[in-house]
Amino acid sequence: MEFRRKDLLGIAELTPDEIRHILATAASLKEISARPIKKVPTLRGKTVVTVFYEPSTRTRMSFEIAAKRLSADTLNLTVAASSAVKGETLMDTAHNLEAMQPDLLVIRHPASGAPHYLARRLKCGVINAGDGLHEHPTQALLDLLTVQEAKGRLDGLKVAIIGDIAHSRVARSDIQAFLKMGSEVTVAGPATMLPPHLESLGARVTYSLEEAVAGADVIMMLRLQLERMGQMFLSTLREYSRFFGLAPRHLKLAQPDVIIMHPGPLNRGVEISPEVADGPHSVILEQVTNGVAVRMAMLYLLIGGEKA
Amino acid sequence: MSLLIQNGLVVDPAQALAAPRDLLIEGGEIVALEPAGSIPAEGRRVIEARNLVVTPGLIDMHVHLREPGEEYKETILTGTQAAAAGGFTAVAAMPNTRPVNDNSAVTRFIREAAQVAGLARVYPVGAISMGSLGQTLSEYGDQKAAGVVAFSDDGHPVMNPMLMRRALEYARTFDVPLIAHEEDLDLRANGVMHEGRVSLELGLRGIPAAAEESMIFRDLALLQLTGGRLHIAHVSAFGSVALIRTAKAAGLTVTAETAPHYFSLTEEAVRGYDTFAKVNPPLRTAADVVAIKEGLADGTLDAIACDHAPHTSLEKDLEFEAAAFGLIGLETSLGLSLKLVHDGVLSLSQLVAAMSTNPARILGLPGGTLAVGSPADVTLMDPNREWTVDANTFASKSRNCPFNGWTLKGRAVMTIVGGKVVWEG
Repeated sequence: MEFRRKDLLGIAELTPDEIRHILATAASLKEISARPIKKVPTLRGKTVVTVFYEPSTRTRMSFEIAAKRLSADTLNLTVAASSAVKGETLMDTAHNLEAMQPDLLVIRHPASGAPHYLARRLKCGVINAGDGLHEHPTQALLDLLTVQEAKGRLDGLKVAIIGDIAHSRVARSDIQAFLKMGSEVTVAGPATMLPPHLESLGARVTYSLEEAVAGADVIMMLRLQLERMGQMFLSTLREYSRFFGLAPRHLKLAQPDVIIMHPGPLNRGVEISPEVADGPHSVILEQVTNGVAVRMAMLYLLIGGEKA
Repeated sequence: MSLLIQNGLVVDPAQALAAPRDLLIEGGEIVALEPAGSIPAEGRRVIEARNLVVTPGLIDMHVHLREPGEEYKETILTGTQAAAAGGFTAVAAMPNTRPVNDNSAVTRFIREAAQVAGLARVYPVGAISMGSLGQTLSEYGDQKAAGVVAFSDDGHPVMNPMLMRRALEYARTFDVPLIAHEEDLDLRANGVMHEGRVSLELGLRGIPAAAEESMIFRDLALLQLTGGRLHIAHVSAFGSVALIRTAKAAGLTVTAETAPHYFSLTEEAVRGYDTFAKVNPPLRTAADVVAIKEGLADGTLDAIACDHAPHTSLEKDLEFEAAAFGLIGLETSLGLSLKLVHDGVLSLSQLVAAMSTNPARILGLPGGTLAVGSPADVTLMDPNREWTVDANTFASKSRNCPFNGWTLKGRAVMTIVGGKVVWEG
């Protein structure tokens, strides 16, 4: 099939066929990163600009490595959100960048919908690298790829997503992505972190970690954003870790071949115990590797191929 | 010179009248209202109103004219032009200008500017507290003497219940109503749209309906304590309608308004991060829309007021969470409200009551009726004329209209203020 989009804004817009196509493309590009010379000329002469209004190490690096392996030129702009407030508007920044004629803008922004706002107004392609509480589509795609590799399928799997769903764009993208591909999704966390109407997305909701992981094929732990402490979402870290931290005893409740995922960075000893994070069920580093492959696929599908 | 409006269907709920009548205007007043065909036309300017509805001038009791201070968004002149074009002969102007209308000097400035404009009448609303800072009461008696018709914290809810109690008591002293913007700011936090399914999907922080309902409950309890008159602004939620209905049944002196967007749009309008659909209180659910219509139909909600809130691209062409709340409504309010009549939700008389009779009664304004001796503020409307909303043609300076491109059925065709035709279309 052909991938006919200008932008990748969210999982919400993608069809299951498009997702399968992206995953297949990523799987075929993954091999490049394993070569002694990790570079192909596919995107030679293309320019990819990453604009990050929020701090990020791995996502920005992952995009940059992906672009370089395809021979695109990359340019990184990190904007402290506070100085953006004082200075020019997002639109002006974007128009200025566009005037330098990049082919693709990769943007992370604290405002939900900011990439959509830009995509409507810019001629170049836009990849959402995380917008506010809304979506982080390449994370969900790399999660799908990782699960597909481990399980050989996505259909019919039981996926548990644990933690702060309310403030997680990863959760919003993952819930939709796994549901679209035919998995069952259960989310768990304290009620303060489970927004109303979650069921309307098609997920099962529970307040019990044990219940969520029972029989699970995949357990996805979300990073607890420590700044939520003191904002009435939680009592203490100690209590959070006791009730919602994944420990070895929980794995006994899941399928024997359960895989453990985490979008990183880890709060070891808070949402995940070191034994689990480093244990045989963990695919956390495989996620990082697949992140590069999925981002190579998105760059290729948006600005490479026949449209080049 | 006298003006004769002939053969129109005169709808005047204050006189329980809905029948063809001739209306004669002289010296800025209504001097005769007689069965159609009975007032001779000789020597008079005649307006043929066959197939038109003739009503007491519409009154929008909740608008933001932005002057003084934000004249780039709207001025008293452009705002009253928009009012006249929408069929309104009078508007009540909220005090959140710069400076805030918390003293008689600002009040006098607004009234004088409105007089110079010479279009719709402008009734200033004063601030409940000095600077709308929620700390000390402003000068209610002095401002009333200067022409203020009510006091409101619109846009800056009174969070301190003791201040709200004293404001109700102090307003009672001067026999003016308080207009309350009911919203618990702690519960709203940094919410930008209704908390519900759409906010979840869009990843936008939500404002639960409880933020409105809980404050209405507080203020109704205070009203029970203090007496006086409380008017609840821009009711948007199902639970709010139920609370007000119960309070009215219990005999509390409470009145309430809603805005056309609360019965015309839902949270779905925000999809695509459309900042024109960002408004406070937020657009809610289909069930809330049903409740708002029921509230209007059974009289729980007394008035329709559009909360005209002009903003330019500087405030609206931004990321959703950075954009300002508010939409403009003066030029679409009647068309959207007439849909309630076409859909059988309201009778024409009920609509006129909500858009003229009741606002006049609540604020103690002249007008709101076509009874002989009343000021000659008259709206002529063609309830069946279809038209397409084009915000670029609006008299308002701003364009933040989420109804752009909609086809509406019914609009004002003539607006008369004090016997003078101020708008014709």
